[in-house]
Amino acid sequence: MTTAILAAREVRVEFEARRGGGRARAVDGVNLDVAEGEIVALVGESGCGKTTLARTLLGLERPTAGQVLHRGTPLAYTSRALKAYRRAVQLVLQDPSGSLNPRHTVYDAVAEGLRVHGDVTDERDRVADALSRAGLRPPERFFLRFPHELSGGQRQRVVIAGALILDPQVIVADEPVASLDASVRGEILALLLRLRDELGLAALVVTHDLGLAWNIADRVAVMYLGRIVETGPVEKILTAPEHPYTQALLSVLPEAPGEPVVLRGEPPDPTRVPGGCRFHVRCQVLASGAADEAGVGERCRGEDLAILGGGEDSDVACHYALAQRD
Amino acid sequence: MSVLAISDLTVTYRTAGGDVPAVRGIDLSLGAGQKLGLAGESGCGKSTMALALLRLLPKTARMTGSIMFDGEDVLTMSWGRLRAVRWAGASIVFQGAMHSLNAVQRIGSQIAEPILLHSKVGEAAARRRVGELLEHVGLPARRADAYPHELSGGQRQRVMIAMALACDPSLIIADEPTTALDVMIQAQILKLIESLVAENGISLVMISHDLSVLADTCDRLAIMYAGRIVEEGPAAEVFRAARHPYGAALAAAFPTIGDPSSRRSPRGLAGDPPDPADLPAGCTFHPRCPVRLDYCDRIDPQLWPAGDGARAACVHVLPDQGLSLVQKEPA
Amino acid sequence: MSAGTPATVAAAGPRRLAWARRRRTVARFWRQYRQNRAGLFGLVVLALFVLTALLAPVITADNALSVTQPPGSPLDGPSGDFPLGTDRSGRSMIDLLIWGSRVSLTVGFWATFISIAFGTLFGILAGHFGGWGSMVLMRVTDWFLVMPSLVLGVVLAAVMGRSLTTIIVAIGVTSWPTTARLVRAQTLAVEARPYIERARALGGGHWHVMSRHVLPNVMPIVLAQTTLMVGQAILIESTFAFLGLGDPTTASWGATIQAARDVGAVSSRMWWYILPPGIAIVLVVLAFTLCGRAIEGVLNPKLRERQS
Repeated sequence: MTTAILAAREVRVEFEARRGGGRARAVDGVNLDVAEGEIVALVGESGCGKTTLARTLLGLERPTAGQVLHRGTPLAYTSRALKAYRRAVQLVLQDPSGSLNPRHTVYDAVAEGLRVHGDVTDERDRVADALSRAGLRPPERFFLRFPHELSGGQRQRVVIAGALILDPQVIVADEPVASLDASVRGEILALLLRLRDELGLAALVVTHDLGLAWNIADRVAVMYLGRIVETGPVEKILTAPEHPYTQALLSVLPEAPGEPVVLRGEPPDPTRVPGGCRFHVRCQVLASGAADEAGVGERCRGEDLAILGGGEDSDVACHYALAQRD
Repeated sequence: MSVLAISDLTVTYRTAGGDVPAVRGIDLSLGAGQKLGLAGESGCGKSTMALALLRLLPKTARMTGSIMFDGEDVLTMSWGRLRAVRWAGASIVFQGAMHSLNAVQRIGSQIAEPILLHSKVGEAAARRRVGELLEHVGLPARRADAYPHELSGGQRQRVMIAMALACDPSLIIADEPTTALDVMIQAQILKLIESLVAENGISLVMISHDLSVLADTCDRLAIMYAGRIVEEGPAAEVFRAARHPYGAALAAAFPTIGDPSSRRSPRGLAGDPPDPADLPAGCTFHPRCPVRLDYCDRIDPQLWPAGDGARAACVHVLPDQGLSLVQKEPA
Repeated sequence: MSAGTPATVAAAGPRRLAWARRRRTVARFWRQYRQNRAGLFGLVVLALFVLTALLAPVITADNALSVTQPPGSPLDGPSGDFPLGTDRSGRSMIDLLIWGSRVSLTVGFWATFISIAFGTLFGILAGHFGGWGSMVLMRVTDWFLVMPSLVLGVVLAAVMGRSLTTIIVAIGVTSWPTTARLVRAQTLAVEARPYIERARALGGGHWHVMSRHVLPNVMPIVLAQTTLMVGQAILIESTFAFLGLGDPTTASWGATIQAARDVGAVSSRMWWYILPPGIAIVLVVLAFTLCGRAIEGVLNPKLRERQS
């Protein structure tokens, strides 16, 4: 196995909860690799810690425990090391309107990365190049436009161009199409896919949208309450999921076959992670009694699962699924 | 009998730069207990139309045509009557529940407000009703004392639905009710809307840009582009085999998981939606159309029958008729 | 997209692009400002006052302000030689007004400069860094905020002597906290925007975020605040002078009103002595306020929508 460009090793991130409710374990032990030229989808509900994990991988958040590895080397948190690291790993946010400064032109927004790194040679050509790689052609037409003069899709392309200009190895995209129209969505996803094919650009796409994973990702990691509960190749996980949570997520999709399993209640609170399997309080398999029949019910309620590997192999953190395998 | 019958509705915004047509001639009807999905991208006029149904548009908007609601025209009815319709006849569930709720008022009193105003019952009766409504939408009655910020996004959307139900409306208009919600919460809310509509015989107009969600919930689908309906028909039909290329593009935008044709090939639609103030000539969709013919910039297709109770505004539906129309016009 | 056709833009380097952008921003600003009539009126009045102040030595005689050799006799009513009459020393009221505009504008600009510079600096720092440093900074701000400028003026006058500098310092020191609070609030709002996160992820440090993102987004508020504050400072200067805390050697409008009160101008109906400086003060303050409101309207789209 080759060294991953970007990897999380047993990363934990904790926050002081706001209203005096102890500590929130936003990310509670995660292994995750992103290999060269690979698109990984990190899927989960809001509040499951997927955005915190992404921010930690970007070095915007410091893990409470564990490490972020860049090509096998632990990330150092000095400002110089971080600055160098940020040339290699770029961020694309959900809301393209918010991620562009309304007072900066497209040219300034795209050139910002170069200016931050004091890299001023051929600025104009490189901006033009980044814009056309992001699908804004001819680039000169967009130089002096302001964000409010562009459509949502064009804005997201500008954000992507701004990330591309530093020739990164990985892009971390947090819900890159969630606030875009359905018709534009496919175009932006196709762009990410093309950048991977043409430039070998790896991507970690954080999303709650399983269709997006099916559209572009090679591998998917499903996160629940601070942990990855199932990971593996997209074809395997999305067509034959083993974890009850993944099964439920897939069953509620509009065109999914069979009866939807609508989990009751809200995703639980990261300040009060339940003991045992963290999903057991909402688990439909445990509720149906199937887990008890298989003789793992007690372990579901009382025994936490090991942290998954995060590499290429498919893996699941569920007593029931593991028992079924044997 | 139809609850809602819209005929030839147009909405034009008057701006400093001239008149901007947002809705350009829409005919629709909705029977009692029917569920209609309205899809389209932002700027296509779908939200404008939703607001027009209850005359909630700003003063700069000019409306023509008619909107018959239970046999009365919303566009010409008196203010008093309109108020009654807004409270008791039809209600709107907006997207972005956080902004539609008053942040400094307990949700219980927000739900009670229309009840107290309209049905002339006492405080105690209104409180009881609020409790019932909350339980109806799956929240414990004691949550009436909560402030909006104490609730999660999904719970707030439930409150919005409780407010919409407060006066037993015969029509609910839901504008992107599940956008920005997680898949699981979205499924919960959709299930709730569906069961409420079925139990109480309410008609539903649901607006979204996600065709798959609409196809799952609604009986019929209407697809809007540049202020007009370009395709309309039974939900399954439109979703699975759209006749208009725009409808087909929207349907393909959200993949079916497990479908090998969409694996690693996200499908979208090139180009941007047209500027309502400067619409393309002929078929407004022709600049983005993947299957356009050379005369599409000269012909403005109407909603032609497209089999199985469906209609579509595309020359491909009726090639002969389309061609003859072009030939009649001087080049 | 009228200006900058693709061909000309294509040939331009980054610097030319930046200039083209600035030119266009200014042009757009002016186009929108022009539509506000009150703002235009304020601007014209202001231009007249500034011009008068600059040309004061040219358009008045050398002995215009001389008390020992005044051009006329004391307390004369309006006449052909002195259209607005004379003061108690026999100086022309018109000349006094002209020289007074110099004092007022000087004090207004300098006091505002101090206030805005300190306010913006502390506001951005407190907003950007947060934490306990920001807490301390804001408590200091609060302390200055509750300090009455008049009392400080009296104390400073006693310590530093009665001079224009004293007044400028007194006004500047007591008015920066308002700006600081405003700027801090805006900084916090800007810092919450996703583009700040994006800038950080690009590798931008504190300086980059503050100078490239926060400052440009805070500037509109600062600019509007500046114009409003100049008017306020002029008003406070007049108050100081009227209370006798001003520089006794300068002929400011406030000082003139005070002199008029001393000789009983109100009871002896010498309107020409007391009204013109008062009207001048009102006009200048009004002009600044109108300009400030107009700028605010252009730069704050929300206000603009409400007006239209």
